[in-house]
Amino acid sequence: MNDTATPASVAETGRPAVRTPANYKSATKPIWCPGCGDYSVLSSITKAFSMLALAPEEVVVVSGIGCSSRIPAYTSCYGFHGVHGRALAAGTGVKLARPELTVLVAGGDGDGYSIGGNHFLHACRRNVDLTYVVMDNHVYGMTKGQPSPTTEPDWDSKLAPGGTGVRAFHPLVIALASGANFVARAFSGDPNGTADILAQAIRHPGFSFVEILSPCVTFRPEQRTWKENVHPAPVAETDDPARAARRVMTDDGFNMGVLYAGRRKPYPLGRRADPVGVAELEAEFAA
Amino acid sequence: MSAEREKAQAGAAVAEDRTGAVPQSIPALMAWALWLELDAAERYRELADAMEMHNNREVGALFRKMETIEGKHAESIMHSMEWTSPPPRPRGEAPWPGFEAPENVAHEDVHYLMQPWHALTLALKGEERAVRFFTALANESTVPAVQAAAREMAAEEQEHVDLVRAWLARVPPPDERWRDDPDPPRYLD
Ligand SMILES: Cc1ncc(C[n+]2csc(CCOP(=O)(O)OP(=O)(O)O)c2C)c(N)n1
Ligand code: SF4
Repeated sequence: MNDTATPASVAETGRPAVRTPANYKSATKPIWCPGCGDYSVLSSITKAFSMLALAPEEVVVVSGIGCSSRIPAYTSCYGFHGVHGRALAAGTGVKLARPELTVLVAGGDGDGYSIGGNHFLHACRRNVDLTYVVMDNHVYGMTKGQPSPTTEPDWDSKLAPGGTGVRAFHPLVIALASGANFVARAFSGDPNGTADILAQAIRHPGFSFVEILSPCVTFRPEQRTWKENVHPAPVAETDDPARAARRVMTDDGFNMGVLYAGRRKPYPLGRRADPVGVAELEAEFAA
Repeated sequence: MSAEREKAQAGAAVAEDRTGAVPQSIPALMAWALWLELDAAERYRELADAMEMHNNREVGALFRKMETIEGKHAESIMHSMEWTSPPPRPRGEAPWPGFEAPENVAHEDVHYLMQPWHALTLALKGEERAVRFFTALANESTVPAVQAAAREMAAEEQEHVDLVRAWLARVPPPDERWRDDPDPPRYLD
């Protein structure tokens, strides 16, 4: 667990500890560029943990690689800074091994939709009870500005002159079609609204997917204007996948709120295979 | 100015500087006022950390000072209300417009090479937004005690505006090349 001042425990005081968002921040300071949207996402995650009164030692934050994926180090919870694109595989493993823990997987659009795209589909399909947060800035920030699957086809840059010409991926449509049980979009510039959505996502059973628009001010400085584009989704949340599908198919990319909160049964946890000893395995090959 | 016009203008100010429900009691008003200060203090802390990390020590120190000042404002509200810890953030829509509390400096408005002049200019805008917010609340409220308290908060924020303005006057404005970085993170040509 990362270093922080944890409030006195229930055992010490006889009453549940009140934890402020600051209790979920570690002593490690973020190295993100000043202005990066990920600062606010960190703040929203800690606010959501505090709203749910989760004990830091009962939460695991798992990530892949990228600027956004640095986030576990900045929390006081257990953390796992994994391999690029494999955050969901690691997070799923943690949840299956320790179902009693709250697992939050976080990363960027490159990590989650490019190299990790396949894991994304199957995590939605499996519906293991965890929350997946993608800080989407439509670019690879850490590696200096390559287009990602959510980059607009005509985004002109030195690394993709004239744009890629390739249609952008629609994460919410894909999440819904693949079976995610909770689909929402938030905006880093609305840290309190984002915290509310995250708290709802964490509470919702099954695989919850929260796409957070989080500007990269260094490689996509034009994203500073996102705050003028985002707006609350004009429709209430639904548990009907058909209605949700219509909603996300006509989405302009800036609707914020919970778009789908389904009732699919989560993947059963706590199932354990009978342990097999190494000697037994070896015996199989010895024959 | 005609009474009608004055009313219409006050209405426009309300529409622009307010949203959500008007707090109906002093504790509700003060809870929001406290969260306004706590949000601002948290934001200044984040900005100070970011600037220190990027070795912009002068601006880091300035943001740290602003964090302390906003924290003191929060403490004084707690003291006046005899609260020993902050009440939970009120549920529902905040009474201010936009996503963030009026004093908050937006993350996307800072730059790693910014100078104290920029930081104080952003802080000044925040304090001015707070004056407009409390003034609009006072104009819109129908509860005399809430009106009076909101007016008092607006006057306090106006004092902060004056202080930041005086501070800004002592700081040299940046020259036009303040953003130049001999080794920029992003090459444009
Ligand atoms: C297997 C592997 N391939 C490629 C990389 C290089 N790499 C590091 S981060 C990254 C992309 C990061 O983009 P994103 O996930 O969108 O995060 P951001 O930095 O924008 O937050 C890449 C391609 C790597 N670390 N490992
Ligand atoms: S490069 Fe972009 S995503 Fe990475 S820290 Fe900087 S602003 Fe954030």
